[in-house]
Amino acid sequence: MSRTLSYREALREAHREALQRDPRVFLMGEDVGRYGGSYAVSKGLLAEFGEQRVRDTPLSELGFVGAGVGAALGGARPIVEVMTVNFSLLALDAIVNSAALMRHMSGGQFGVPLVIRMATGAGRQLAAQHSHSLENWYAHVPGLRVLAPATVEDARGMLWSALQDPDPVVIFEHAQLYNLEGELPEPWTQDIAHAALRREGRDLSIVTHGGCLPKALEAARQLEGEGISAEVLDLRVLRPLDDVAIAATVAKTRRLLVVDEGWRSGSLAAELMARVVESALFYELDAPPARVCSEEVPIPYAKHLEEAALPQPAKIVAAARRLLGR
Amino acid sequence: MNIPESLAFRTDVRQHERAFCHDRLRDMLRIRRLEERCAQLYGEQKIRGFLHLYIGEEAVAAGVMPNLAPQDNVVATYREHGHALLRGLRMEAIMAEMYGKQEGCSRGHGGSMHLFDRATRFYGGNAIVGGGLALAVGLALADVHLGREGAVTACFFGEGAVAEGAFHEALNLASLWRLPVLFLCENNLYAMGTALARSEANIELTALAASHGVEAAQVNGMNVLAVHEAAREAVRRVRQTRTPRFLELHTYRFRAHSMFDAELYRDKSEVERWKQHGPIHGFTDRLKAAGMLAEEEFQALDRAALDEVEAAVRFAEAGRWEPVERLLDDVVARP
Repeated sequence: MSRTLSYREALREAHREALQRDPRVFLMGEDVGRYGGSYAVSKGLLAEFGEQRVRDTPLSELGFVGAGVGAALGGARPIVEVMTVNFSLLALDAIVNSAALMRHMSGGQFGVPLVIRMATGAGRQLAAQHSHSLENWYAHVPGLRVLAPATVEDARGMLWSALQDPDPVVIFEHAQLYNLEGELPEPWTQDIAHAALRREGRDLSIVTHGGCLPKALEAARQLEGEGISAEVLDLRVLRPLDDVAIAATVAKTRRLLVVDEGWRSGSLAAELMARVVESALFYELDAPPARVCSEEVPIPYAKHLEEAALPQPAKIVAAARRLLGR
Repeated sequence: MNIPESLAFRTDVRQHERAFCHDRLRDMLRIRRLEERCAQLYGEQKIRGFLHLYIGEEAVAAGVMPNLAPQDNVVATYREHGHALLRGLRMEAIMAEMYGKQEGCSRGHGGSMHLFDRATRFYGGNAIVGGGLALAVGLALADVHLGREGAVTACFFGEGAVAEGAFHEALNLASLWRLPVLFLCENNLYAMGTALARSEANIELTALAASHGVEAAQVNGMNVLAVHEAAREAVRRVRQTRTPRFLELHTYRFRAHSMFDAELYRDKSEVERWKQHGPIHGFTDRLKAAGMLAEEEFQALDRAALDEVEAAVRFAEAGRWEPVERLLDDVVARP
């Protein structure tokens, strides 16, 4: 049994399920209520659950994310929506200095079972202050779990599992994915610990996440036409990384291409490559690992410039060819 | 910096029970003797890192804490030894934490600035100035959301935090959402070495709170009875009305900001003038003058505090270091 729905609808269903199943759960964020969510994820939920469960906040990211940390400490199960990752920088103190450190700093006494969701990524001509991919900043921090649902199934299934985590979870929703339509199998996966193989292949492994997954799959289709068989691994979980799945695909294809919308320097891609080359897998490689990242420029407004700044199927195809010496 | 006229100890101690007054004196002496010993132990390198002493400000914690109930939450700053102690943490666990021992209240992970205790709902020990304010709002939000009627969150912070955006965001949220938070601003006049007038265009802190719709009052923070009375009323109002209140407590830090502070920003004479308003001896003098405290009784209270401190030191000395094998435990919950 399966049915077709959009990533946005899948997220909305996941919220409805969470609000129905657990009275401790509430959603708060800028315009999540009357406006229906800046990406319309929570549309209709205010009418269904009321103002105590779907709480519009002022434009004070530090204040309401910090309040989410406190509410989680106090036994509630808040879902905090931040409009975009760029705005989350105003709340970094609450996320890093409070949420992520609390359990360890308190000698294990206080956990912060908080879920923070935010849009990330470019591709909608929203220019420099709404378009960045800073997942790696959060994936750097011990104490956080970082998720990047890239499919309708994960949009549906990850939220409930995240709410069961006794520690803070940050969920990145790529802005390009909200309109994505896909099949939702029944039952759907609720796994928030492992990467998922989205396509099997023999010649190289494309490892990616979030908004780059559809681009990687498109590139793999094009490569197929050229006789190159690309495996595509969707990380899904950016912290802690699924080292086993990464090692398995690299051991199989012996070639690694990482596709990451973050800037190249200090990127998640860099971390993945380092993990492979510092391990015994290094000797298994048939070529140096490669990566396709965003160009090191603030994301521009003009469409052609924005496209040029981001990983694209053509860039992935070209990098794959180079990796194979073609 | 002039000493406000309002700091004169005007309360008539005879309006209070003798036992109550002795309890408040005991509270302050416990903090004072604990911290004097901590300073000594810092010199002996038994305690390391940052150590921020509350000496001079004891009347604030001692006046507020007796008004809180077990279901209430407490959020404090990095100058929180006194708050932790009077909230009910064992002095042994506090001292062991400062030693970095696993018997410490945070298993030695936090040290002086990060005292935590689940049993007494003591949520730290926050070393980010203003970092506790939004947390307090959230704790109160959880109480409301989960239907814990009557619970109050007491949030201590210094006047330096008023310059942070977090202060304004938190007060606005607490006021807007009608949350039971008692904001307790310990105004000791200096944010490290920066005097309030050098960092705030408007030094009327109660006016800043009022601008967010939060009822606010100023209190003589050197007078434990005045603090107790103001806090009792404020806690009662927060509990009843489920809305926030703000108290500005005028106080003064007699010691350096931390053990690394050369105190270039204030005159020794200023410190000496403030010491004349010291919370312990001012109270003691008045109790004695009113015939409510004999010298032997004071000595007995002081001896008990000193004994407790020495027992805490012995406990900390006997404590064990957490095995390095546990280094990565408690970063996230174990599956």
